[in-house]
Amino acid sequence: MTFLSVQLRLRQGAFALDVAFEGKARKVALFGPSGSGKTTILKLIAGLLRPDSGRIVLGDHVVFDSAIGVDLPSRRRHVGLVFQDGKLFPHMSVRQNLLYGAWARGLSDHALFDRTIEVLDIAALLNRAPRHLSGGERQRVAIGRALLSDPAILLMDEPVTAIDHDRRAEILPYLERLTAETETPLLYVSHDREEVDRLAQQIVFIRGGRVWNPTSPPEP
Amino acid sequence: MFGLTPDEWEAIVLTLKVASAAVIVSLPLALAVAWLLSYGRFPGKIALEALVSLPLVLPPVVTGYALLLLLGRHGALGGFLDRDLGIVLAFRWTGAAVAAAVMGFPFMVRGVRLSLDAIDRDLEGAASSLGAPGWLVFLTITLPLAIPGILSGAVLAFARSLGEFGATITFVASIPGETRTISSTIYALLQTPDGDRAVLRLCLISVTLSVGALVLSEILIRAGRRRLAR
Repeated sequence: MTFLSVQLRLRQGAFALDVAFEGKARKVALFGPSGSGKTTILKLIAGLLRPDSGRIVLGDHVVFDSAIGVDLPSRRRHVGLVFQDGKLFPHMSVRQNLLYGAWARGLSDHALFDRTIEVLDIAALLNRAPRHLSGGERQRVAIGRALLSDPAILLMDEPVTAIDHDRRAEILPYLERLTAETETPLLYVSHDREEVDRLAQQIVFIRGGRVWNPTSPPEP
Repeated sequence: MFGLTPDEWEAIVLTLKVASAAVIVSLPLALAVAWLLSYGRFPGKIALEALVSLPLVLPPVVTGYALLLLLGRHGALGGFLDRDLGIVLAFRWTGAAVAAAVMGFPFMVRGVRLSLDAIDRDLEGAASSLGAPGWLVFLTITLPLAIPGILSGAVLAFARSLGEFGATITFVASIPGETRTISSTIYALLQTPDGDRAVLRLCLISVTLSVGALVLSEILIRAGRRRLAR
């Protein structure tokens, strides 16, 4: 089964992105150096940026297709986007952050809420302000916020990078537990090979705005 | 009270009334313009920016004369307001409020725009991806994060309005009880032989009001920074 099918072309100044890949496993990693276009790909899939042309299929929903003029707004793509540094709403409590998606969509699932805060171990943080959280806590809340909006796919942008190296071990187990338990497919961006090997079932290699195959020598 | 004459009290109350009305009436428009300047991409954006800032650099008397031409009883817009809506601005306190609003507008737009520019667009992107339509993103993310800037811009515009003189006296003259604000009163007192003590009193009041407004604005800006700090 294919969870994700992506063809994207985008030119932004001197940077050109031209990628096509399919996500066949539940946990797909986009792996490549900084500046290779990984974050841009996530924003394009989430609908926060618009490609010049291409096609994006999430599950069996075509959310973007320049050939037939389909361009669903971000809110109707049902992606759970986890930004690199969390991007928690600074004027809301942790609880309000977590419930924002459910509230915006008019959902209410107490069992899911309880389960999510348990898995992510954030029950003790609910009444805190985001600025009083550590990097790891903030990231866990951001993951919870994305999951609670009932996403069809979870997009994570280097969720571990914002945390200093010694504390990374703190969040990796949560990510593993989460991805092992949840049915939600995951597209995960990283430039850390160790993380990718530990989490991903399929790796898409990105370099210079293109997909490349590491078994063949990279283009000059 | 404070050794002020009834005329002086009248001028102070009128000044506060004019400045308050100016801020309240222009705030929605300033919000809309600031939003356009911060988020919009359209041809003529530079022209709009220049137009908004124009009262900062024009001689106030020119702004006042422009208002008179536009909004006077025989003006392009004033004639219509008078005949068809029964609204007269020239030589009325409402006209003084319009003049104060125009002069304070650049300050307000600037305050709002700076706070809008400072908002991390990814926060709005996060809200959209969580399912919020554009208007909800604006109401729950953009607006709350911009509130300190909106308030400090409004307070600065209020302070600017308190001291308005040139455009006001050109557009609505200096009619006691109707358009004679603190500034016009001081000017009128300077023309009379024994006005020195009264001038000093009103100057002190004017300085107190203005400094108070500036301090309040600064406090609001700091509160905003604290709020946005992660």
